[in-house]
Amino acid sequence: MSVLIIAEHDNKSLKPATLNTVTAATQIDADVHVLVVGFECQTVVEQASQVAGVTKVLVADNAAYEHQLAENVSKLVVEVSSDYEHILAPATTTGKNTLPRVAALLNVAQLSDVIKVEAADTFVRPIYAGNAIATVKTTDAVKVLTIRTTGFDAAASTGGNAERQVLSQVIASDRSRFLKEQLAESDRPELTAASVIISGGRGMGNGENFKLLEGVADKLGAAIGASRAAVDAGFVPNDLQVGQTGKTVAPDLYIAVGISGAIQHLAGMKDSKVIVAINKDEDAPIFQVADYGLVADLFDAVPELEKSL
Amino acid sequence: MKILVSVKRVIDYNVKVRVKSDHTAVDLTNVKMSMNPFCEIAVEEAIRLKEKGVASEVVVVSVGSKSCQETLRTAMALGADRAIQVETEDGLDSLSVAKLIAKVAQDEAADLVIMGKQAIDSDNNQTGQMVAALLDYPQATFASEVAIENGEAQVTREIDGGLQTLAITLPAVVTTDLRLNEPRFASLPNIMKAKKKPLDVKTPADLGVEVGSNVSIVSVTPPPQRAGGIKVGSVAELVDKLKNEAKVVS
Repeated sequence: MSVLIIAEHDNKSLKPATLNTVTAATQIDADVHVLVVGFECQTVVEQASQVAGVTKVLVADNAAYEHQLAENVSKLVVEVSSDYEHILAPATTTGKNTLPRVAALLNVAQLSDVIKVEAADTFVRPIYAGNAIATVKTTDAVKVLTIRTTGFDAAASTGGNAERQVLSQVIASDRSRFLKEQLAESDRPELTAASVIISGGRGMGNGENFKLLEGVADKLGAAIGASRAAVDAGFVPNDLQVGQTGKTVAPDLYIAVGISGAIQHLAGMKDSKVIVAINKDEDAPIFQVADYGLVADLFDAVPELEKSL
Repeated sequence: MKILVSVKRVIDYNVKVRVKSDHTAVDLTNVKMSMNPFCEIAVEEAIRLKEKGVASEVVVVSVGSKSCQETLRTAMALGADRAIQVETEDGLDSLSVAKLIAKVAQDEAADLVIMGKQAIDSDNNQTGQMVAALLDYPQATFASEVAIENGEAQVTREIDGGLQTLAITLPAVVTTDLRLNEPRFASLPNIMKAKKKPLDVKTPADLGVEVGSNVSIVSVTPPPQRAGGIKVGSVAELVDKLKNEAKVVS
């Protein structure tokens, strides 16, 4: 039976997290449908229909769906759910917000942050901040899964030619209203999509010092991240947080600067291909996972690194 | 206004997690247990709303074996007025827990349910959303700011890439993110006082809720270990390795 994916998008473009979710879906069944719920989201529909492996795109385009409020989207998904045995969304803040409502309305479990598909009813997911890996089997009639994007490669964004189906249902809640959004304006790549990330921890000392990382980030085309300690200390906003309670990333190169390497931070970055740690404390646990460790004062090493790149 | 806060007893976040040698579960014998950090933030937010005069009563609920009464006492030492333990085995699935909490919220006629966004053991991040769906309440997850006015909660949410603000009509469910507040510590006199606060015990049958799950654990294994690498002596050596050995920098 077909797999349904709820697309991650901002009404303008399809987010890369959707592509990783398509790969997870194709490992379950060859018939993969993508649901685009939004407002004036025609470009997203175009992009979704071109993704390799997607056979059908369902479109619900209405002002009621502009901000993809969980109350509305979950009910819409339930209305189309009878055609599907699997319903997937990327484990982003949008997916995590909406999908548990779908599961509860269908009276089934949700399996969160799936990193591997073993079989159509058996999935692997990290628990305890990635300190244990659980393999779980479900006999629920509908399997509801959020997909950790770092666990799956991105599907090709072209090569597909999916048919389209328009959904005319309009579900609008008058008990949840969107007021505003403040999105960080940045020319840098998104943390979860970046191939290089440079992150700062408590060792940065203050928010002002994060500017030091920008020079290196500019040269490497990197995104900037932070540890929970740096966020808790108020150095940088929470959306930069990498770790169990923040974002999970797996770039080609992860540079940890002034980060001790608490379990909760490692949970968010230990699948990176190459890890570099710069820390003046040679006993910092981050060195146990780093491919290349440099014991040095970051205030000397980072500017020097910027110059040598 | 009445607030219901759910709390979960979990492995203390400073404890190193070990998987049982038979790969059936995480070893919890003789391990320090504490209130889930996100639940602490939920309790703190409720108490602050009471201190501001917005809330009149804060009720805490926990689902689990008798040992979770300890967590409920902690919540009362922090300022919650009374507690409800729903007596079940530990490790119940999220949907069952959500059904129990939803029923308690309904019976208590709670105007606002505040829950942690995720528990640091199962890392599911779903129970709050499920409670909201079961009650057909609006929700605001991952909250970093909550203001209550005219029967509405204005909630700023931490989303990928920034912040979003929603207005939700009460009754509603809010789940907490890290930066919502900094939880206080319980004082000794308050810990003593909490021992006298009322704690009711209910069973799923009392609440008319059937619990159970179709999900079974096949195995729980330790994660693949990452082999440590080498220490480099200088920035120049580091750059050389990145360019010529790892080939991740051109």
